[in-house]
Amino acid sequence: MGGAKLHAHHVAELVRRGDLSAYEHVCQILEKIERIEDKVRAYITLIPDIALEKAKEVDRKVEKGKRLGKLAGVVLAIKDVISTKGIPTTCGSLMLQDYIPPYDATAVERAVAEDAIIIGKTNMDEFAMGSTTENSAFGPTFNPWDLSRVPGGSSGGSAAALAAGEADISLGSDTGGSVRCPASFCGVVGLKPTYGLVSRYGLIAYANSLEQIGPLTLCVRDCALLMEVVSGHDPRDSTSIPTEPKKYQDVLEKGVEGLRIGVPEEMIGEGVDPLVAKEVWRAVDTLSELGAVCEETSLPSLEYSLAAYYVIAMSEASSNLARYDGVRYGFRAPDEGMDWSSAYSKTRRLGFGPEVRRRILLGTYALSAGYFDKYYLKAMKVRTLIKRDFDEAFKRFDVLASPTMPILPPKIGEKVADPLSMYMCDIDTVPANLAGIPSISVPCGLVDGLPVGFQAMAPPLGEELLLRVGYALESQVRLYERIPVV
Amino acid sequence: MSEKVVIGLEVHCQLTSLKTKLFCSCPSNYRGREPNTLVCPTCLGLPGSLPVLNQKALEYGLMVALALNCKIPKRTMFFRKNYFYPDMAKNFQISMFDRAGGAPLGYDGYVTLAVGGTQKLVRIRRVHLEEDPGRLVYPGTIDTAPYTLVDYNRHGVALVEVVTEPDFESPKEARAFLQKLRSILEHLGVFDGGLEGAMRCDANISIAGGARVEVKNIGSFKDVERALTFEIMRQKQLLAKKVAVVRETRHWDGERRITVSLRTKEEEYDYRYFPEPDLVPVEITEEMLDQIKARLPELPDARQKRFVSQYGLPGYDAMVLTSDKALADFFEKAVAAYGKPKVVSNWLMSDVLRCLNEYNLEIWESKLTPEHLVEMLKLIDEGVISGKIAKNILWDMVSSGKSPKQIVEERGLTRIADEEYLRKLVDEVFKENPKAVEDALSDEKAIHFLVGQLMKKTRGRADPQLANKIIREKLASK
Amino acid sequence: MRVLVLGEERSRIKLIDEETVRHVAWLARLEVLDDEVEGFVEQFNRILDYFRKLDEAETEDVEPTFHVLNLVNVFREDEPFPPISPQEALKNAPKSERGFFKAPKMV
Ligand SMILES: [Zn+2]
Repeated sequence: MGGAKLHAHHVAELVRRGDLSAYEHVCQILEKIERIEDKVRAYITLIPDIALEKAKEVDRKVEKGKRLGKLAGVVLAIKDVISTKGIPTTCGSLMLQDYIPPYDATAVERAVAEDAIIIGKTNMDEFAMGSTTENSAFGPTFNPWDLSRVPGGSSGGSAAALAAGEADISLGSDTGGSVRCPASFCGVVGLKPTYGLVSRYGLIAYANSLEQIGPLTLCVRDCALLMEVVSGHDPRDSTSIPTEPKKYQDVLEKGVEGLRIGVPEEMIGEGVDPLVAKEVWRAVDTLSELGAVCEETSLPSLEYSLAAYYVIAMSEASSNLARYDGVRYGFRAPDEGMDWSSAYSKTRRLGFGPEVRRRILLGTYALSAGYFDKYYLKAMKVRTLIKRDFDEAFKRFDVLASPTMPILPPKIGEKVADPLSMYMCDIDTVPANLAGIPSISVPCGLVDGLPVGFQAMAPPLGEELLLRVGYALESQVRLYERIPVV
Repeated sequence: MSEKVVIGLEVHCQLTSLKTKLFCSCPSNYRGREPNTLVCPTCLGLPGSLPVLNQKALEYGLMVALALNCKIPKRTMFFRKNYFYPDMAKNFQISMFDRAGGAPLGYDGYVTLAVGGTQKLVRIRRVHLEEDPGRLVYPGTIDTAPYTLVDYNRHGVALVEVVTEPDFESPKEARAFLQKLRSILEHLGVFDGGLEGAMRCDANISIAGGARVEVKNIGSFKDVERALTFEIMRQKQLLAKKVAVVRETRHWDGERRITVSLRTKEEEYDYRYFPEPDLVPVEITEEMLDQIKARLPELPDARQKRFVSQYGLPGYDAMVLTSDKALADFFEKAVAAYGKPKVVSNWLMSDVLRCLNEYNLEIWESKLTPEHLVEMLKLIDEGVISGKIAKNILWDMVSSGKSPKQIVEERGLTRIADEEYLRKLVDEVFKENPKAVEDALSDEKAIHFLVGQLMKKTRGRADPQLANKIIREKLASK
Repeated sequence: MRVLVLGEERSRIKLIDEETVRHVAWLARLEVLDDEVEGFVEQFNRILDYFRKLDEAETEDVEPTFHVLNLVNVFREDEPFPPISPQEALKNAPKSERGFFKAPKMV
């Protein structure tokens, strides 16, 4: 533990045993936040009073010998795209600046039922559209490893909060890499579950057919722990897989002996920073030494994945974000004397930031009369090709591996001016979302003091494989011991 | 002025027999409720909320499709129909679509319609499920109100949309179709057309030489005739003045009874349909369909045939009676208690319907019950009242709900069969009409006149046979 | 055939113009200011040009994957669940009146 930071599974165990007071623990984290949040800006909303109340409740339960949940006393930071009853949920947008949901997302409900303590809502790219957390109406979040750099996105606040010790555990969302990208840039673990494994009920939609809520954690065991809590069937989400949560922690130590790991050349070749590639290859070697059989492979249709991803995401977003019109909730521009159509247009122009406007307009265009076949339908067909390539690859490999991000965390401001070059950063993360398969990012090394993430992908519901690989790698790399104390 | 008129209808019927909305568990009985008291995150379109399909709604939708003789797809999906409007919580409507892997619940169906003595086939283009939008309230009128009030209680209620081909040639035919559709849905038990706003429709109207105009917001099948008649008049007047009819969408203002222009062609919708990612596809198996078919009740066409074969009614009577489920049910209840189907049918078809029409009531709205009608018929049979008096008290039965016996008693309308009293009255009649008495000795017609005079004196209450007998006796003894 | 080729040539030059951006902005009820149009046109053309990558993919006889899961027929019973209170429903509304949400005027 390097003396710096308890992991969530430690916290829960200590609290359950009565060896750590949840109240004390929350106080410590609040002190940390007090000290460094000005520099990191991981949170949009903090709820210290509610957290302390909840901590007292947990401690009382311990005193009375009541049954305690799996996340007893664990301090949970929630990405501000996930609905929390009574707590503002802004999506990083002016549009929802004052919106307070009257209900909890299923994932939140489940975490709270296991005695997790919500500490606040984390910063993000507006409506999860971005890979740097610079597209937030509340200003950027800074990477705790190097405050001049971005933490990744869109769940940048969650990853930064963990890296900076401002929370034990976090829930993010991943539409095209939004959990894995910041996990990679901030040196933490991030998992994008199989589509349908974690309920999307309460997750504010960006691109419904692609996204999942996923854990961001300091270590792989914490990731397994959080998955045990939030996964499993939810009747409120029609796309939820009818399955019970698995005991993910039980498989961690199974090792990687005999696992067949493929490295798609399309994900580690052109466009990948050679320094990043080098760290990832080193991780592949490590896994080989542990008994995995690693081999290069090819998934030819991956070259279309980025274009397909953006067409689908923008199209769905244009529809999902139509509801923000200033009538039922959210920002409303002064509209005295204006008819509804002009009023809506003005409200939406002022309420949404530039990247969101860009994607809504492009998505609207892609779905508009005469273009549906060319864009959305075509992208969905390409999705079939990509899925087929994965199906084929998984006949030969248990797991596919790649860098999570092709580059090191960029400097703040570096990518803002050029949307297309920002989109290019998602080249290795979007295929898993298109195919609906699970994917994990685990820290595998440092380049110039900046973390590099190793990505592993498995067939649908193959989370256990990913956690095994991640755990094996992590126990060799032990990067979590070097997480900076800002 | 005899330009050919072509009309197609898009009818939206709420599946009022459902307990909950189409995609959320909010109760769907929104009528008479305070605004926004039957809403949840899903039907308010709150961020992060998700839809889950009501299984019963799907079954009802399939029943409707089958009853309209539609083909049923093996697999379908819900689509998003994207458009902005203040009655929409998400600014898209979850609906169905016939492209890109989608299919309506039913397509290529038909309904037969009796028009001017012949059978007309109305083609059904498609039947599908979709969500009802919310309710807008305009302080003032739609085109002058300074703001709009929105109530989402109705938002998300299950609608079945029935789209016809442009097969109607007059507003009357369109109305007849709606009546028939209502009867079918009511026979299926999925719909109560008596509920305000449960059936609404949009109409496409074009007149030769003009353009296709869509009229939205027609609230009932009584209004459809008015709205279409107005719109046809408007278009014909334009054409007569050589002014072009523009392709547009107009709004029917039921209170002012006019159509108002809301959008012009430049603003034509582009719905940007795509499959609803938050719902999974629906597979309609043979097994599912068999189960639904097995449960389909008798429908109006079959019932009409049965009325002819079982009760010996003329085809026309059977058609009129079965065009309204409540009326058909009324008829069968009355016949069960009374027998004589032709007598019951005659009363219903003529006097009862005339009376209901006059009061502007439907049979289920009136206070007339089959039991009371039967009681009335029995009073006639027993000679307690005459047919004429029966016709008279029927109005009271319909409006007050009193039993015929009570009305007869209260108004002293029982038949006069007191021979001595009638003899006295006949004497008076003879005295007052000496000329007729003279004639009656040789002319049968004059006898009728004398009987008529007696009836007049008794306000129709004299027993006609007895009156006849006394008058003939008195004449014979002259 | 020749028409198709010509169409392609033209679209390669400019996939989207000012008028289209304005029309799309209207469809999306998302105002675009006069001085923004040009910038959008330029950005959109670059991005759409990148999307042309999709044209290269061979998708004849390929079914689209709208739903990545193989789930079908997910239903709920027709049983009511208590709605949220009207206070809760209206709590987030920028404008309300007598229990109604207040939207802008129609015309
Ligand atoms: Zn609801």
